[in-house]
Amino acid sequence: MLGIADPWVALAYLLCIVSALLCLVWGIIKWNQDDPETEPEEEIRQWAEEEDRVGEEL
Amino acid sequence: MSIWMIIVVVAYLCIIGYLGFRGYKTTKSATDYMLGGRQVHPYVMAMSYGATFISTSAIVGFGGAAGVFGMGLLWLTVMNILIGIFIAFWVFGGRTRKMGLRLDAHTFPELLGRRFQSKFIQGAAAVIIFMFIPLYASAVLTGAVKYISSQLSMDYNTALFIFSVIIALYVIMGGIKGVMYTDALQGTIMLFGMLALLILTYTKLGGVTAAHQSLTDMAHLVPAKLQAGGHQGWTSMPKFGAPLWWVLVSTIIMGVGIGVLAQPQLAVRYMTVKSGKELNRAIPIGGVFIMMMTGVAFIVGALANVHFQQTVGKVAIVAAKGDVEAIIPMYLQSAMPEWFSILFMLTLISAAMSTLSSQFHVMGTSLGRDLVEESMGRKQKGGGVLATRAGVLLGILISVYLSYIMELKFGKTGTAIVARGTAIFFGLCACAFLPMYVGALWSRGITKAAAIAGLLSGSLSSLFWIMFVQEKASTALLVCSKLFGTRSLAIQLVDGKEVFAKTGPMVWAFVDPLIIGLPIAIVATVLVSLFTKKTAAAHLDFCMGKKK
Repeated sequence: MLGIADPWVALAYLLCIVSALLCLVWGIIKWNQDDPETEPEEEIRQWAEEEDRVGEEL
Repeated sequence: MSIWMIIVVVAYLCIIGYLGFRGYKTTKSATDYMLGGRQVHPYVMAMSYGATFISTSAIVGFGGAAGVFGMGLLWLTVMNILIGIFIAFWVFGGRTRKMGLRLDAHTFPELLGRRFQSKFIQGAAAVIIFMFIPLYASAVLTGAVKYISSQLSMDYNTALFIFSVIIALYVIMGGIKGVMYTDALQGTIMLFGMLALLILTYTKLGGVTAAHQSLTDMAHLVPAKLQAGGHQGWTSMPKFGAPLWWVLVSTIIMGVGIGVLAQPQLAVRYMTVKSGKELNRAIPIGGVFIMMMTGVAFIVGALANVHFQQTVGKVAIVAAKGDVEAIIPMYLQSAMPEWFSILFMLTLISAAMSTLSSQFHVMGTSLGRDLVEESMGRKQKGGGVLATRAGVLLGILISVYLSYIMELKFGKTGTAIVARGTAIFFGLCACAFLPMYVGALWSRGITKAAAIAGLLSGSLSSLFWIMFVQEKASTALLVCSKLFGTRSLAIQLVDGKEVFAKTGPMVWAFVDPLIIGLPIAIVATVLVSLFTKKTAAAHLDFCMGKKK
């Protein structure tokens, strides 16, 4: 197939393309999707920033 | 060196300088310096991850290896895309980012240390990184500087000095922002360079199938020594269980393919983006990028055999006089148009700079943040940014010194040790960090003592394997031959001939440290977890977002 002697190597060649396509399709479908488990991230972010600020001031 | 080459290189350096300066101007806190303020754009994140992952040696070294082993190396590309990008971003990325935020971790060792409530883990991980990454960095640095000095007709030491100073400036000043902005530009250049290389190669050899067919038809030309090792042609896998099969599958495909998951300089990137959305958006960019990097390098490396056979009547490794690393540069010189050499030089400089800048950055954060600030408890103003900058500088000096002294003082032996740097660091990181990292993200049962047991057993067993058993590394490092008079404990001399120790299909001297160290670390982590004090439920709830 494709001029490649060993089916295992031909499979690797095709899988390179297929897996890159998988990444592409995945990204397009999930473009605007966040993680399913939602949590009040802004709060955590603010807490982390506060921690950093306190740490740096110390 | 043409005037065009000078103009292009100067313009490139000016843009890099500008991006580094932009990073510097927008860096105000430790979070900015270490994590880009957790607000990095997904394109920048994906390109930076990919460009850091792919060094000059991935293109020139591994591309050359494809010239020897053939297209079987494409399995590594499959691993790189599926594990290194898809699984890494989707499975590891999301959890790492969230846990990193909850624990307010700024570095990979800090994430592990805070998750297991252990300053020892943070410190030990930092020590491993700081001790071994200079070897990896000097491998990348030496390769890049050799290439640049030959292309720009410069002295090796002058090129080493100029190249290191430029990277030092933007890493020390611009922090991770400087690193990631420049990475994104460098990644984009690499993408165009490799795309052009693929198209030109296939066009030259008469199309995709015709090119592969010509390579398949050359199977009878495989040199006798490679045939004896199990080589069956450049479009076939080596014979199962033969020495070349072990090198290809265990060291190249598994070692690098799995090792990428626990690379501190890569894992830290998940923590630089704002939400899971950015990670999802980074997957297509990263996937296509990696396919265009390693995929193209391996296809072109293998097809170089057809070109050399048609032009000089020799297979690639014979045409390159046995020097694997010379295959790709020689192919470019003899098969590609002149304009391409400028584009490809930028591609390789970019590949090296993007990997090096992240290596230097992670060395700095390991020393400044993890060791001095957190593990030793020496709090400073600015959250360890000053100590980190000093750490970056120290890391650069050590790496440059290694690149300078190894070849000068130890000649070929020095070069061989440095050349093993990438593989040693990848294997060591996977064995030391992977079980603990997976446990940190998913398991409530892995205890602090178990994490430490995994870290120590994984790193020590893989170091033992590297120094005393795996013949490529142990031969280069010389410790085994100095102590035991043989280049590997798995090789015995019988009547002056080397005999390789075997158990079933396992030819031990060719087995990668990962195959040994990783299972040992996993077993140690699980066993010790069964008998030691569990982590407090409240801490686990906090780390994992109250999910039981």
